[in-house]
Amino acid sequence: MTLESAPAIVAVTLVTLATLTIGTWGLRFSRTTSDFYVASRSVRPGLNASAIGGEYLSAASFLGVAGLVFTSGAEMLWYPIGWTAGYLVLLTLVAAPLRRSGAYTLPDFAEERLASTGVRRLCSLLVVSIGWLYLLPQLQGAGLTLELVAGAPRWVGPVLVGMVVLVSVFSGGMRSITFVQAFQYWLKLTALLVPVGVLVAVWGADGAPRATDLSQAWSLPMGTDTSTGLYATYSLIAATFLGTMGLPHVGVRFYTNPDGRAARRTTLVVLALLGVFYLLPPILGLLGRVYAATPASADTLVLELPRLMVPGWAGDALTGLVCAGAFAAFLSTSSGLAIAVSGVLSQDVVVPLLRRRDSRFGGVAAFRIASLVAVIVPVIGALLTPSVGVARGVALAFALAAATFCPLLLLGIWWRRLTAYGAATGLVTGLVTTGSAVVFTISGSRTGTWADVALTQPALWAVPLSFAVMIAVSLATATHVPAHTTRLLVRLHSPEPVTEPAVPSMKTALQER
Amino acid sequence: MTEPQRVRVTGPPRRRPAAVRRVDVDEDTRLGEVYLGSLMRAQLSIALRTLAVLFLGVGSLPLLFWLAPGLVRTAPFGVPLPWLLLGVLVYPFLFLLGRWYLRGAERNEASYADLLKSDDGAP
Repeated sequence: MTLESAPAIVAVTLVTLATLTIGTWGLRFSRTTSDFYVASRSVRPGLNASAIGGEYLSAASFLGVAGLVFTSGAEMLWYPIGWTAGYLVLLTLVAAPLRRSGAYTLPDFAEERLASTGVRRLCSLLVVSIGWLYLLPQLQGAGLTLELVAGAPRWVGPVLVGMVVLVSVFSGGMRSITFVQAFQYWLKLTALLVPVGVLVAVWGADGAPRATDLSQAWSLPMGTDTSTGLYATYSLIAATFLGTMGLPHVGVRFYTNPDGRAARRTTLVVLALLGVFYLLPPILGLLGRVYAATPASADTLVLELPRLMVPGWAGDALTGLVCAGAFAAFLSTSSGLAIAVSGVLSQDVVVPLLRRRDSRFGGVAAFRIASLVAVIVPVIGALLTPSVGVARGVALAFALAAATFCPLLLLGIWWRRLTAYGAATGLVTGLVTTGSAVVFTISGSRTGTWADVALTQPALWAVPLSFAVMIAVSLATATHVPAHTTRLLVRLHSPEPVTEPAVPSMKTALQER
Repeated sequence: MTEPQRVRVTGPPRRRPAAVRRVDVDEDTRLGEVYLGSLMRAQLSIALRTLAVLFLGVGSLPLLFWLAPGLVRTAPFGVPLPWLLLGVLVYPFLFLLGRWYLRGAERNEASYADLLKSDDGAP
């Protein structure tokens, strides 16, 4: 530890302490199992939207985007655009019906809609896969950050983030997480807004120099001007626009809204919050070009730029602030994912296991046991696998979600003829196609041929394929459409004031569960 | 429906037979399907219109720049066009589109609720 790393260590310590304090404070409100899972469904749109923003803006947004813009140019602006527009797609097709389904998690939704425990188990497997795939780059990013700013060994970051997340989840579950996440959105925004303001002022004082090598290719919003570049861009658009709705930590937050209307309003506020945040990272990428930074890796540009442009204590202070934001990003997204994965693991693995052994442990204890597993596995994974870069790693999780949960949600909400067989075959198709693409990408060699591009950016062909399989098999097994489909769709699409006073419908809904 | 009983009308109905119609909608009756069908169609239609605008407004940009790479050099207000569109203007566009959708969807739900209510009010 050197004097140079002091501000970063102070910042990381403060963020950790603040997270734990707010998390423990939330414990005083958190008493029932429902509190742990979904905050008893009583969070208002403003607070909930801040929490969603805080949870969603991961290391990929905070560090990854600026670095990618710096190395690859305007093409990389599609990442933040897709991450925002995904919420617009979610708003229009999914938000209110998903909330009105009244299910806790995506597997709950699948089981309720299709009356099939098989599809439920498949969905649980997918939630855990997507969650862990998304956690890996977060934890690896934490290792990289602490190595760079504090000179710590690579394993310290993942282990530290894992421990803070566990303590936070253990102590309060979703309710305290809501406060923590909302706090972290504003922390992240500040931690980027202030440095961007100062650095732009410095740039202005320097006479607003232009970057020396702003070539046309760098400003082109596709990777290359060949057809593979166009394909890769559209595939990224498909993955991010359609994948957002299927991310486990995004879905779970929608159940915390009081009703469908609030779910929609929350989503609209999220669009605004994300839009404001995503204006900032590209500016840092551009400034990096102007000042000819040479960061250790694309993901560390944001951390290195302040010291490069502002000498002395001011640069150190800005670095500390950026560090705090980055650490907030690791913690918030990781806890959101840990909650979602733990929820599924506890309902589908731990509770059945405990029941079989006649254990006296209740739902809360099961959730805590599950969260232990949900955090430790990806921490070990992060220590053992090589990093593919934060934003690219996250993009793979989006592609997997887009090829599996997107068709399930869209057809489940809008198409009466979906059957359990159709859903199951479609989900397996998506898992196999994008899963093999993930393995191919992580394993590593790039050739730039069509086959290579199609496998590293699978969404554009894998998503339509999953849709086609789901529809075709459903039509072939048309006699197996669940009997309660129409009644359930009424609930998904009816505004609450109509169905809520209708006691009979509530009763039938309860009997069904 | 069976023949209604004869009643002496002395004023506007005080107690609406509210639950009856709602039960109908919740069960697999034809009326329920018609009501639900119309609401779902209206909601799906506004959602698809929103997404069409999204696709035309944002989704067309890669193709546009691929077909006319020269556009990269145009720089209104001193900012190169791709950066202005993709870095800045796209976010207010997404928000306004979302707000437009939200209003339409809530309007659809309000008229659906009115439909059920007016149906309840009938004898």
